[in-house]
Amino acid sequence: MTNQELQELITSWFSGPESAHLEFTEEGSQFLNLSIDPDYLHELMSWLKTNNKTSFDYLFCLTGVDWGKELGVVYHLESTTHRHILVVKVQTSDRENPVFDSVQDIWPTANFHEREVFDLFGIKFKGHPNLKRLFLPEDWEGFPLRKDYVDEVNMVVK
Amino acid sequence: METDTINNSFKSEEYFINMGPQHPATHGVLRLLLTIDGEIIKKVEPDLGYIHRSIEKMCERDSYQQIVHLTDRMDYLSSHINNEAVCLAVENALEIEVPERVKVIRTIIDELTRISSHTLWWGVMGMDVGALTSYFYGFRDRELINDIFEETCGARLTMNYNIPGGLMQDIHPNFVKRVKEFIAHFKTKLPEYDKLLTGNIIFQKRTKGVGVLSKEDAIAFGASGPVARGSGYSCDVRKYHPYSALDKITFNEALHTEGDSYARYLVRIQEMWESISIIEQLIDNIPEGDFKVATKAVIKLPKGEYYQKVETARGELGVYIISTGGKNPHRMKFRSPGLSNLSLLNHITVGGKIGDLVATMATIDIVVPDIDR
Repeated sequence: MTNQELQELITSWFSGPESAHLEFTEEGSQFLNLSIDPDYLHELMSWLKTNNKTSFDYLFCLTGVDWGKELGVVYHLESTTHRHILVVKVQTSDRENPVFDSVQDIWPTANFHEREVFDLFGIKFKGHPNLKRLFLPEDWEGFPLRKDYVDEVNMVVK
Repeated sequence: METDTINNSFKSEEYFINMGPQHPATHGVLRLLLTIDGEIIKKVEPDLGYIHRSIEKMCERDSYQQIVHLTDRMDYLSSHINNEAVCLAVENALEIEVPERVKVIRTIIDELTRISSHTLWWGVMGMDVGALTSYFYGFRDRELINDIFEETCGARLTMNYNIPGGLMQDIHPNFVKRVKEFIAHFKTKLPEYDKLLTGNIIFQKRTKGVGVLSKEDAIAFGASGPVARGSGYSCDVRKYHPYSALDKITFNEALHTEGDSYARYLVRIQEMWESISIIEQLIDNIPEGDFKVATKAVIKLPKGEYYQKVETARGELGVYIISTGGKNPHRMKFRSPGLSNLSLLNHITVGGKIGDLVATMATIDIVVPDIDR
């Protein structure tokens, strides 16, 4: 499917597009980007995986991002049958307790990658069966990849 | 009543052992927490982070030229290909078109890197299942490639030969001659690999039907590289998203459908033949020209997001740059092939024996710094 067709199909899934805050953009990226309200994330992802027209079966990259004020997660999806690519983004301004739905029940590969994001950004994933730090020790304080992380002893300084 | 007593006294019990982080078969500092019942594996849980250097955090402080050097230290057996991934991402962002000469040289060294990585893997694979000879054969041939790298790049492992805009320096005058000598030599040695391991009945019994991964699971777990292609999942980035000189050459994607350790083994052997073929198509036709185009001393990427995929010896490496227009990336993410490939280890080894776990891990071909980053 072309980006235009993808955009129309996904918009048609959400009867009131405003409610899910769908935002499509191709600006500043080689892929079609879609931002969505975190409440609708799991619903959207299940449809993207199971729908025959989209069948995004390959989650090839899952990235945590600290935008400064907001924390977010970026999902890069590819379909191995149709060979189209979609980037899905969610973000929240709640820095104390950021929570998104886990997608590891849809793509098992997300299991480790969500643990990595939790480890380095402190973003929690609801429904993850084993959400604990992946790289850092259990007793590590703070989340190093956040922009406001300060660790005077171990910090990489300019 | 009597049978009850007997059953109870032979009651099986699950227990827990550590494999690694210093176990020779874990190829580096990987620690596996094994739950076993006798010799049957009930659960495998990797414990990571022993060599985590937070490369992604360091990238946020470094310039784009400096970042290239950090990528050597991820999957050190594919260092040239890692460098190339960052350079391609930066060049695409700046809309720089590198000279044809650069593209061809990059692809030749990519494939030499792949052969070098696979010969090391082949040697260690044999060693893991108890055949020490293959280790020396593999290292003997890999040494010749390292000599070529040393002459041209100045380093044998962490090569740092790519820079944004081209190459650090031109190839050594001996480069073409020595690559041809190596190819001629290696073509006589690869059949020896087959004689030593591929057709060996003990080796086949250790690997056939062991660690079976279905095509659906390979995709769902995000597998890539030879691990995925051993399960019949066609995913070669060089085919689907060609970069550098790969659009000029023809090669076959190595595919096997069995999904077991032996299939992954065969994929890598076939990939070495394909790499030889790619190098042969390019080595006589290196175009004349510059080895780099000038870039600014301080590279600033335009605001936006950039993603570049390449095929390393282990699978799909993704470089994801989020730039806000400054001289450092706002966020840099490396999608490493190793982490996704490792995440399926538990799935394919549960129910097997500990010895099979070692054989399976050998064919997943893990490089721990690539996973930890």
